[in-house]
Parts: sequence; C-alpha cells; structure tokens
Amino acid sequence: MSAAALVRIEGMRFSWPSGDAPCLDIARFEIGAGERVFLHGPSGSGKSTLLGLLGGVLAPERGSIRFLGEELTRLRPAARDRFRADHVGIIFQQFNLIPYLSALDNVLLPSRFSARRARLASASGGSCVNEAARLLDHLDLDEALRRRPAVHLSVGQQQRVAAARALIGRPEFVIADEPTSALDAGRQAGFLDLLLKECGAAGTALLFVSHDLRLARAFDRAIPLASLNRADARQEAA
Amino acid sequence: MSPWLALAARSAWNRRLTLGLTLAAVSLSVALLLGVERLRHDARESFALSVSGTDLVVGARTSPVQLMLYAVFRIGEATNNIRWNAYRAIAADPAIAWTIPISLGDSHRGYPVLGTTPDYFAHFRYGNARPLAFSAGRRFDGVFDAVLGADVADKLGYRIGDRIVLSHGIGGVGLPEHADKPFSVVGILARTGTPVDRTVHVSLEAITAIHLDWQGGAPVPGFSIPAQYVRKFDLAPKEITAALIGLKSRAAVFRVQRAVNDYAGEPLLAVLPGVALDQLWDVVGIAEKTLLAVSAMVVAVGLTGLVAVVLAGLNERRRELAILRSVGARPRGIFLLLSIEGLCVTALGSVLGVVLLDALTLLARPFAQSAYGLAIRPQLVSLRELRLLAAVIAVGLLASLVPGYRAYRLSLADGLSPRL
Repeated sequence: MSAAALVRIEGMRFSWPSGDAPCLDIARFEIGAGERVFLHGPSGSGKSTLLGLLGGVLAPERGSIRFLGEELTRLRPAARDRFRADHVGIIFQQFNLIPYLSALDNVLLPSRFSARRARLASASGGSCVNEAARLLDHLDLDEALRRRPAVHLSVGQQQRVAAARALIGRPEFVIADEPTSALDAGRQAGFLDLLLKECGAAGTALLFVSHDLRLARAFDRAIPLASLNRADARQEAA
Repeated sequence: MSPWLALAARSAWNRRLTLGLTLAAVSLSVALLLGVERLRHDARESFALSVSGTDLVVGARTSPVQLMLYAVFRIGEATNNIRWNAYRAIAADPAIAWTIPISLGDSHRGYPVLGTTPDYFAHFRYGNARPLAFSAGRRFDGVFDAVLGADVADKLGYRIGDRIVLSHGIGGVGLPEHADKPFSVVGILARTGTPVDRTVHVSLEAITAIHLDWQGGAPVPGFSIPAQYVRKFDLAPKEITAALIGLKSRAAVFRVQRAVNDYAGEPLLAVLPGVALDQLWDVVGIAEKTLLAVSAMVVAVGLTGLVAVVLAGLNERRRELAILRSVGARPRGIFLLLSIEGLCVTALGSVLGVVLLDALTLLARPFAQSAYGLAIRPQLVSLRELRLLAAVIAVGLLASLVPGYRAYRLSLADGLSPRL
C-alpha cells in the first residue's frame, strides 16, 4: 500500500496559535489511491483540523504531508490552494452550496477554478456542463431541479449536488466531513451508496469523516482518530 | 477565464435590494455633490455674464461689491445717488466712448424699474459681448413708454400695448403706487439669462415725471400733476443712481477710475466689474466652501453606508467564502470579490448620480431661471467635475478595501470550516 500511497502523513504536529498543547500529533497515516477510509471520532477531536491540513488551508508546524508525491508543507499557500482545486473534492456537513447559484453552476465551480478539472471533466463528458449533468444524473437529481437556485433544494438534494461537485473533473481525493449528519437515517444509507459508487467509478479515494460508526461497514478501513492522534492520547494520560 | 466577475455579479444580484438602496444613496450623494459644484459654477457664470464690455461702473461712494450688486444685479438698494451734473462732468472725459446712466428705486410687482437713456439699448452688452435684442416692439420713445425684460413679460403675461403702473420703492408689498401715471408697454426684450430679463426699462425723464408731485418718498397731499401736463415741466434728471462706462481704449481704465474717485464735486466710486466680482467671490467663497464640504460629507455618509452594508452581509457570507475556498479559491480572490463589489457600486452610483443630476437640471431649469435668474443647464461632465468624480471613486475604492480585507482575514481564519 505504501508504494501506491496517495496521501502520506509523517511525524506531523499541529497546534492552534491560542492553545499551548498540540491539537494533532500524527506519527503516520496513509491513504492509498482509490481507497475508501472511514475516520471516526467525537466532535472536538480534531477532525476539522485534519481536514484543513489535508485540504492545504492549514500548515503543520512540523512533519510532512505528501500528496501525490508532492510535499504540501513546502508549497506556498497559493500553490496549496491550486493543488486543492486540482486534486481534492470536499463535501461539508451541510450548507455546501452557494445559494444564489443553480445546482448546475454549483457543480461547475471546481471546473472554473481549476483548468485541470475542467479539462478532465470535458474529456469525460464532452463538456463540463455535460459532465456535471451526467454526475447529477447518477446522483439522482431531477433535471428540473438543476437550473433552480440551490436554496430551493432539500438538504438531501443539496448533499447530492455537493457530492457531484466534489467528483467533477475526477479529483484523486474526496474528503467528506460528516456529509450525512444532516440527513435522516433512511437517506443516509442512500446517499452513502451513491457516493461510494461514484467514487469507485471515478477511481477516487475517499476519506469519510463521521462519528456514526454504523456507516463504517461499507469502507475498506475504519480508523478512530484517537488511535492516530498522539496528542489526544497524551492529554488523556495527563 | 476568471470566475470572479460572474460570481460577483450573481452574488450582487442575489442581494439586489440592499445593494440597490446603497446604490441609490451613493448616486444621490454624488448628484448632490456635483449639483452644488455645478450651481456654484453656474451662479458665478451667471454673474460674470451679466455685464460685458463695461469698463467701469460708477456710483456714489460705497463698497465696490455693493455698487456692483445694486447697479448690475439689482440686488439691494443704493445708499446715495449721483447728481446729474457730476455725471455730465465725468462723461465728458475724452477717453470715454459711451455712458449709460441708470436710475433705480422704483419697481413693478416686485420687478425693478430702471430709468435710462436709449444709449442703454445701443451700448449695453451681456454674455459674450452680445447686444440686447427685441423679441417684440421697440425702444421707449415717449415719457410713459416701458420696455420689459423677457421674464417680466412672461411671468406677468404682458404684451405690447398693455398698461402697467409702477410702485415707489423696491420689494415688499403695500408700496405706494404711481397710479396716476400708467405706462404702456412698447417693447419686450429677448431673453438674456441676466438681470435684464427681470427689469422694467423706462426713460430717465419718466422717472422724473412720476416723482414731480412727490416729496420725501410720498405724494404731496392735495397736489397732483396729471400725466398729460408733465411735458410742461423740465424733465431733465436731477440725479441718477449709477452709470456704466465704456472706454475707447481699456488702457485708460485706471486713469479714468482715478479721475472719478478723485472727483471734487461729491464722493464717487468707480469700480472695474471684474475686480468687484472677484471681491464678491471672496465673500461668497466661504459659504460655497462650506456647502461643498457639507455635500462631501454626504458622499462620505453614502460610502460609509456602502461599507456598512457590505460588511454586515459578510457574516452571512462566511459559509459562501468557505465553499469558494474549498473549490480552490485563494484568499486574494475573496479579497477581490468583496472589493470589486464596493468599487462597482461606487462607480455605478457616480454615473447614475450624473444622470440624475442632468435629469433634475432639465426639470428645474425653468424654475431656476424665473425664480432666481439662474441660467443652469444640463451639460456633459466638466473637467473639474471629473476630478470630483474621480475623487469619489477613489475614496469608494479605498472604502471597499475594508470589507475586502475583512473577508480576506475571515477566509484565512475560517479555512474550510466556517463558523456558523
């Protein structure tokens, strides 16, 4: 697995400027290409911070985050932003969409910020718009809903649009931060199935962050964040 | 392809009501600022165009500004008159090409009456050295002939042949009337955009005639001279209020001015119209600057409102900023998104302000002309106004950097997880 590692974190430590103790201290964590990883932990355990670090908006104080062989910690912030635009799709817990844009325009956003993803989307669907429509189709969003402003969509529909946006242009890595917690139990499973299926179809690795262990069965691996985070263990020991 | 412009436009459209109101505030304040500037400029222009080709204005000794005000602009009253003999003596100077005697003090329904000679129609110039023209009728000839300015005829609806009665004194109501000696309208002047439009012109002899049986500002009781007998009296004027003088050569202006000022017979004053106007602007300048400062403050209030609206909306948009960050937007782009919005509102507000001002000018034009004699006109933006607009937009840009910078800080701090 280590040869095909998509993301590799080594000896990484991060602390917020306000806190004195490190918030995250991870000796080693890898995600392979196309791998589906379930990461769980209670809220406040540093999941959002890890997301920020993997997304390249936060920089660790020491250690290494390698992504597709690129050392993220050595890139300038602007280059990290470009890297994220090119290679990472992100799904939030809720409020994923820009309310005044249509569902389709929301899906198209990554292709506007990343030439690479625009190119890959066009290659796959003929054009970015076609590819966006195809993804929305696969995620069961009616054609009638696509042109409407995102505010008119239900939460479940919004999350599916967010998934389509994360997947457009075949990024290597999708991070989903509790994407099902705003959905009711019946829809959670449906959404997860769609997401996993599309990630599989695109060959995209998925890091799925949640506190809900019932969802973990569908993944290749389930890891508690506490087992990775030495900072957490130290705090508990103290 | 930059995604920012389309995003900014969609985002602005989404908040069109608040942004629209802000836009209205900015354009109103810009219209006010430019309006004050334009009014100031047009007022000066109006004054400057009221007299042309006159080298000296002569009156009883007073302040130069006051002499200009009553002799040329019919504002206020003369404190003293010039005796006719003194006027004749001064007019005899060989350097003088022409003189126009002016006798003021009476009025007709609020419009000043000016006694003069036919030379007035021959030599008086306004604007760019334009002579007076008649839109109807002719110069006064008989003692009780009157020539009306364009506004007087328009406002009061007079035509050639109408009879009018003059009042003794200027302004106010309940003035004693020269009812026994009515005048007939023989001429109406074409519009000039100067105080001439608001003046009733009669001969100097007429002024003498209507005051034959008056003394100390009131009719002498039990003594009346009917109009048909006035010609039996000597109607040569005894006094005039002021005189306009044209020289054969401007080179002599200071010598003639000194000669008038040193006239031994009585204390007289000669002023150069341009110099007196400059003094007037010195006086008025403070009020003008205050007005301009106030309207600049109104613009500041408008722009502050703009910043407040954009800043207030920012908290609700933190989520939006995090989403944009997650799809690859850089904080610099977010800074631009917010700054462009403010800049666009300021620029659009400035343009709308100019349009609004021109529309208002068109509407207010007849009123300003007739009520204040102000010749305002819609016009393209002058160089000075362009500088004002540029200043407004520059300040707007600076102000827009505030929400831009705040959004930049927020998006750095929030990263991908907006605080909701």
